[in-house]
Amino acid sequence: MAEAEFIKGNEAIAMGAIEAGCRFYFGYPITPQNDIPEYMSRHLTDVDGTFIQAESEIASINMLLGASSTGARAMTSSSSPGISLKQEGISYMCGSQIPGVIVNMSRSGPGLGGIDPSQGDYFQATRGGGHGDYRTIVLAPHSVQENYDLTMKAFDLADKYRNPVVILGDALLGQMKEPIRRRKYRKKEFPKDWAMTGAKGRKKRLLKSLYLSEGELTDHNWMLNKKYQSMKREIMFETQFMEGAKLVVVAFGSVARILKSTVQMARDRGMKVGLFRPITLFPFPSAALDKISHSIKNFMAVELNTGQMLEDLKLSVGHKKNQVDFYGRPPGSIPSPDELFHEIKKIYKKRIG
Amino acid sequence: MKQTFKRPKALVDIPFHFCPGCHHGIIHRLVAECIDFYGLREKTIGVASVGCSVFLYDYFNADVVEAPHGRAAAVATGVKRASPDNFVFTYQGDGDLAAIGTAEIIHAANRGERITVIFVNNTVFGMTGGQMAPTTMSGQETTTTPFGRDLETNGFPIKMSELLTELPGSTFVARAAVNNPKNLMKAKKLLKRAFEVQTNGEGFSFVEFLSACPTNWKMTPKQATERVQEEMIPYFPLGVFKGGQE
Repeated sequence: MAEAEFIKGNEAIAMGAIEAGCRFYFGYPITPQNDIPEYMSRHLTDVDGTFIQAESEIASINMLLGASSTGARAMTSSSSPGISLKQEGISYMCGSQIPGVIVNMSRSGPGLGGIDPSQGDYFQATRGGGHGDYRTIVLAPHSVQENYDLTMKAFDLADKYRNPVVILGDALLGQMKEPIRRRKYRKKEFPKDWAMTGAKGRKKRLLKSLYLSEGELTDHNWMLNKKYQSMKREIMFETQFMEGAKLVVVAFGSVARILKSTVQMARDRGMKVGLFRPITLFPFPSAALDKISHSIKNFMAVELNTGQMLEDLKLSVGHKKNQVDFYGRPPGSIPSPDELFHEIKKIYKKRIG
Repeated sequence: MKQTFKRPKALVDIPFHFCPGCHHGIIHRLVAECIDFYGLREKTIGVASVGCSVFLYDYFNADVVEAPHGRAAAVATGVKRASPDNFVFTYQGDGDLAAIGTAEIIHAANRGERITVIFVNNTVFGMTGGQMAPTTMSGQETTTTPFGRDLETNGFPIKMSELLTELPGSTFVARAAVNNPKNLMKAKKLLKRAFEVQTNGEGFSFVEFLSACPTNWKMTPKQATERVQEEMIPYFPLGVFKGGQE
């Protein structure tokens, strides 16, 4: 096993990307993800890759569209306001079925907001984000190790589904340092019989999202929908302390990481609390939650926003027959394990006694 | 019998959808002839933009990727950096390139991206029905300047070729017209040079074509072609602005 290295979260993403064969990076500075472009600008040259600091977030996503259209592995990264600007390009990539990896080390909003960790971009990430009826796969790491591992996976998933993949982290996951173990990446080969390479010895290829003939766009959208449905086989989640649990806390990303300490505290005090952490936010692990809801009736969503994943949780567990509570912390401060314990205790007392 | 005129191999054998008197068809053909002349068809990756020109991908017998409105130069940057051995061109109207895509074209030129940009300036938004473009002439009536373009409130018709000439990153910049056989022959010469700038690895090349839009100008094709000569060329002068020495 490789020796542990002490690495910053953003750098782990950049490392994972290069090891997964990413050779083209396009970005624009924004806090708190600047370590990613900085790392890429230094290290992509070692592997004959290309780094461009673009004139805008809009240009970055379109450069990604262009590079990926040739079949190359490419990435862009940004943080919330910059991700808003990229939405047009992401919509086009989905419509034209062009893969690509987009990292959102999100900060707080709305507007310029602040640079604190936030999960306020959950809806934007999981509902498509731009115009049109589309979805991207959304991966939510909760540690520096997962930043690294899931970035590698993101490139495989993007190629496999010919679809953009979003990595949704936040300032906490980008800025903290943790030991990680590198692993050998085994590249999976996916057919690129759609890529722009020049029509040599074959028919010309088109990558487009415009369909004007009668019924054409309807068929295109149903085909895309079928693809989004098929992504369910990629669902990932983690559970902790589920045996005999009477209350299941559901959380993703940085706050799930904090909750691991909190749930341990609750168990130490004899409270039967479990933790369910979605790793794929789209597709959401609805079937797994539904299954759990047949034996456990009490759920609690905890998020660094005013209630977004909460809606997916309610849809998953049948809100009418099960009890779903919520604790939200809008950006501005990060809750401590003690503070979260206090909130969970209140719900536990109300529901279980 | 000797065949003296035929369709370029780089064009698919289907009729253009363009309105009668529109110059897009002529400009498409010129681009296709240059692709044939340099034997580039199998190496070409076209970047289609948004507007009347979007159907480029139906007409060109080459790989084409569609760009969002105004973003063709950024998309082409990504394509060319990832595939430097391919011939990469964009084909954009004035609404696309000179309004919403101003940032992308300026920075692609300034980075000296080794791409060829075909810019078609007909002084209106064509596909959306003839609204004012940044290139709309002073006093020109459009659907959003019903009383004529007022320079006081709408600013001045923008001269993209002159603007890009000033950037140290651009290698070849020229303006052409296809309103008469003489200008058409000159235009092809300029376009060839623009192709060579990319195939020789010299840098960024840009050819602006003045083009007629009889439908949105509410003119006959003949009147529209005369307008190019009488109104447009005096304001948008033809010729090589940069990089013509070779």
